[in-house]
Amino acid sequence: MLMTPLQKLQEQFSSQITETHAFRGDETAVIRPEALKAVAQFLKETPELDFNFLMDLSAVDYLFFAGGRIQKPFRFEVVYHFYSLKHNYRIRIKVPVDEKQAEVDSLCDLWASANWYEREVWDMFGIKFKGHPNLKRILMYEEFQGHPLRKDYPYNKRQPLIGPTY
Amino acid sequence: MSLSSPSGFFTSSLKHALGWARKFSIFQYPFVTACCGMEYMATNCAHYDQDRFGAGFPRFSPRQSDVLFVVGTISHKMAPVLKTVYDQMCEPKWVVAFGVCTCTGGFYDNYATVMGIDTIIPVDIYIPGCPPRPENVLDGLMKLQDKIQRGEQSRTLYDPHTKKGRPAELQGSYTIENHIKHIESH
Repeated sequence: MLMTPLQKLQEQFSSQITETHAFRGDETAVIRPEALKAVAQFLKETPELDFNFLMDLSAVDYLFFAGGRIQKPFRFEVVYHFYSLKHNYRIRIKVPVDEKQAEVDSLCDLWASANWYEREVWDMFGIKFKGHPNLKRILMYEEFQGHPLRKDYPYNKRQPLIGPTY
Repeated sequence: MSLSSPSGFFTSSLKHALGWARKFSIFQYPFVTACCGMEYMATNCAHYDQDRFGAGFPRFSPRQSDVLFVVGTISHKMAPVLKTVYDQMCEPKWVVAFGVCTCTGGFYDNYATVMGIDTIIPVDIYIPGCPPRPENVLDGLMKLQDKIQRGEQSRTLYDPHTKKGRPAELQGSYTIENHIKHIESH
């Protein structure tokens, strides 16, 4: 029987994958942060996988998750969605990120489109990307203090460039 | 108009004629940032035909326009640009806040959105609505024409602390606290 991309990944990185699920084809693997670069390279450069398209890169802040009822051992999760144009495969990779050392490896050298995505995640969540060529804010202005999509940022704390502060 | 003194007769008549000329030759600067722009285009096109009111000629240079139509949400990042465009316009100039986002911030109450452009630049006519219907826009345009005819211009900003400088109908705008209270009361 043909192996799914997730099964191939599990076979290759069994010790680095902490959790998987594949409900109706949404194949997801949670991996250790230190394995991200190797996993990404494997997904991109294995001919029978050939994930040549980074569809989305985003992050989740689990502070106060489910009203504080669910406490995760990590604060953030960076989520990657990959797509293989050749084989019509999709896979989702999640990387837990600690609050104190909010940093993961950059994938800019593998997928050029990661550049702006990673800048957006840095801007909104304050997660750094090691090896990024130009990690600066992309949506907010340089004068903005803090990262607005972090759950501990007050939702209506405004930092106007001109006009009154209110 | 005063007919009592010759000089008064002359100046007030000139003012009247100027107002008449200005209100039927509005060169607008459409500062379109968001979805309200579609409604603005609908108003400008053949069916509603803003050109009937002499306002059918959008200029994309602030130097050549005399009414600034701010159409769509203004973010704090965009605010200095809007202020620059306003400052570049020659007198006399008027500002129309098109859509509720420009009037009060609308349903946005967050880190990114300016809570009403009248905190940055003076606003002459507020056209709330999400988006306003073309009839609303034309009503606002006619009110603006009346204002131009009278030779009036708004010069004051809204102060969010004292709540002065904005029509009472637009006060008490959307906040998340009020929204949560509203949900919990049902």
